[in-house]
Amino acid sequence: MKKVIVLILSLAMMFACGALLTSCGGSGGEGESGQAMQVGLVCLHDENSGYDLNFINGFKEACEEEGIEYQIKTNIPEGQECYDAAAELVDSGCGIVFSDSYGHQPYMIQAATDFPDVQFVSCTGDRAKTEGLDNFHNAFATIYEGRYLAGVAAGMKLNEMIDEGKITKDQAKMGYVGALTYAEVISGYTSFYLGAKSICPDVTMEVTFTGSWLNETAEKEAANKLIDNGCVLISQHADSMGAPTACEKAGVPDVSYNGSTIDACPNTYIISSRINWTPYYKYAIEGMMNEGSFDTDWTGTRETESVLLTEINDKVAAKGTQEKIDEVAAKLDSGEIKVFDTSTFTVSTIDEKTFTNLGAKTDADGHLTSYMADVEYDEKFTGDTEAVKDGYFHESEFRSAPYFNVQIDGIKLLDTKFEAID
Amino acid sequence: MSKANREPLIHITKRKEMDWKQAWIIRVISIVCALIVCALVTMVMTGQDPLSIFGAILEGAFGTERKLWILGKETAVLLCVSVAMAPAFRMKFWNLGGEGQMLIGAWLTAACMIYLGGKVPSVVIILISLIGAIAIGAVWAGIPAFFKAKWNTNEVLFTLMMNYVAIQLVAYYIIIWENPKGSFNVGIINQSTRDGWLPYIGSFQYLLNILVVAAVTVLMYVYLQYSKHGYEIAVVGESQSTARYVGIKVDRVIIRTLLVSGGICGLCGFLMVAGTDHTITTTLAGGRGFLGILVAWLAQFNSLAMVLVSLLLCVMSRGAGEISTDYGLNQSFGDILTGIILFFIIGSEFFINYRINVRGSDKVIKEAKSAGPEGGLH
Repeated sequence: MKKVIVLILSLAMMFACGALLTSCGGSGGEGESGQAMQVGLVCLHDENSGYDLNFINGFKEACEEEGIEYQIKTNIPEGQECYDAAAELVDSGCGIVFSDSYGHQPYMIQAATDFPDVQFVSCTGDRAKTEGLDNFHNAFATIYEGRYLAGVAAGMKLNEMIDEGKITKDQAKMGYVGALTYAEVISGYTSFYLGAKSICPDVTMEVTFTGSWLNETAEKEAANKLIDNGCVLISQHADSMGAPTACEKAGVPDVSYNGSTIDACPNTYIISSRINWTPYYKYAIEGMMNEGSFDTDWTGTRETESVLLTEINDKVAAKGTQEKIDEVAAKLDSGEIKVFDTSTFTVSTIDEKTFTNLGAKTDADGHLTSYMADVEYDEKFTGDTEAVKDGYFHESEFRSAPYFNVQIDGIKLLDTKFEAID
Repeated sequence: MSKANREPLIHITKRKEMDWKQAWIIRVISIVCALIVCALVTMVMTGQDPLSIFGAILEGAFGTERKLWILGKETAVLLCVSVAMAPAFRMKFWNLGGEGQMLIGAWLTAACMIYLGGKVPSVVIILISLIGAIAIGAVWAGIPAFFKAKWNTNEVLFTLMMNYVAIQLVAYYIIIWENPKGSFNVGIINQSTRDGWLPYIGSFQYLLNILVVAAVTVLMYVYLQYSKHGYEIAVVGESQSTARYVGIKVDRVIIRTLLVSGGICGLCGFLMVAGTDHTITTTLAGGRGFLGILVAWLAQFNSLAMVLVSLLLCVMSRGAGEISTDYGLNQSFGDILTGIILFFIIGSEFFINYRINVRGSDKVIKEAKSAGPEGGLH
């Protein structure tokens, strides 16, 4: 019992000290700065994750340009904590709340139901179109175009290595470190591969998954495994510096994601693609101030400057990479090239047991003629929308979040392993 | 020769029972020292005004009505695990499996919600998952206890490994339940029907959890302090030979206590899934299974003192979130401050139990000698 009293008293004292200090300090806590409208962002991780950093930088930039106060909540897991964080942001006067991770979505929907006067945006989410809530929105960008162009840079590098005799055509194998096995990642690595293949027709690729958006050790190990398997160029869709630093150590060229890694990897970094969220944030914040009238489902494009490539590292990239990228980009913009042009790839595996490529139909050569994509959100993941028309797969047209999840030939999935422990 | 005989500059002796007032003063001094060190570290490392940082921590924990509820919810979960750990650790059974026992209870609750949702009334789902979660948590702790009691296996390794079994089992089922495929994300279970969700009391979503944990805490206090079982646990913890000599069936006490410990962990998993989160992830327990051990030890297995210790830890962690929002400091900075405070609290126990003697103080040497041969720690 003595112990209890002691603890009560010591804690009471701590709080008393704290309370005293607050009342003296006075200026602490920006939370209650009057009635001015604020905006909030909920992040899965913090600045140490390249993915979240990209969101945070874009958010700060947009808020500063719009001249609006902001609050950012970092390290919010994909659980009830997300709802709590969103509700706290509403309490402190936010008129719009963004979240940056797919798994936040159901909690954001819950918050949108409970706070009908506040706008909620689940970036990278896919349910806004079918949820029927006026104040719940999704946004994504056609990042597959950025990855395709980054793939062009990779193809140029492979060709240079072949020309210099460093590798043979058969050895033109790339490696890709993926986070999870769903459409967002599949669409990403496939567009990267197709970009490389448009330049270096013999290229193949191996993909391995870490099962987590952010796990530096696993990402490093995955990159090392791919390099040991004979991959001569690496790219990734996972959030840490694991893969780029593994490449730098092994001296293997790397196409990064979410931002330039040139400072840490000056001898291997080639180029990186990223989504620039600033245009969307500005659009949504202006829409919020305009009584919440903005798109339920918004797709950023190269035209809205939502899809960017970072600077090319001339030290590593093949000669003429910039010119080639400019040329391909112009064709992409004019519509002359489609990323998922069905004549550029074949599909040979359709397997009901493993749910591989269900809903795909191909012609005699293996080219895709029809694919029922799961665009409308439902519990059973049934294909509901024909995505193949006019000779290409219409990615991010029916919904902003990617739905291309076809397993194409030339890409070998090493595993679909899920590392449960972060 | 004279050098070898020389008394060491500093030596440490065990104190006799200390006057509680004196012990109390030492503890208060340690808290004050902790706050001063926290302030210094804050100034040196961040250049921020430490007073406003302390203010923000309190603001983040207690600032609004919602923050109070969230604090209550977080404290309830941590307290529940700590209360579950207490009987096992008091018996000196090192149950490091709280994480897995929680998770397996959570897993069973989620399974009931998914497979029974829409088929039977919500009340039935709640009852089945409640009983199931407690039972499976008890089994998860009971297995290592059985092996310990029968064959004296190492419970540290055994309980720890059971965590990984639980985590991998949950991971396996998440892949079956995930939505959409490949996202490793189950989402909110039965979001539209709310089947298997615990009801809100009034409009307070977290109140039921807090009340349940409060009841469990009081029951555990009574169980450990006043029941025959509680006494047996204490005796087994002090010395198994003594326990056998006075006729306590040690095997039975070990197994029975672990069933209680695991059952409460299972209940905690149930409360998290059915009461607040309504989803299942491999990280749902979030290290609380281990943090609960710290809480139980710091409170010296007194369930009521655990309320305060778990509250302290939750205030610090909620405050850490607040300072990262307000000052752009990384969340880890809050962890550093928590670490400093815990260091001083644990450190104060050392000064309460031992005396430090500096060379040349005769009075001290006499006292040390009178304390007997086992008293000195040289």
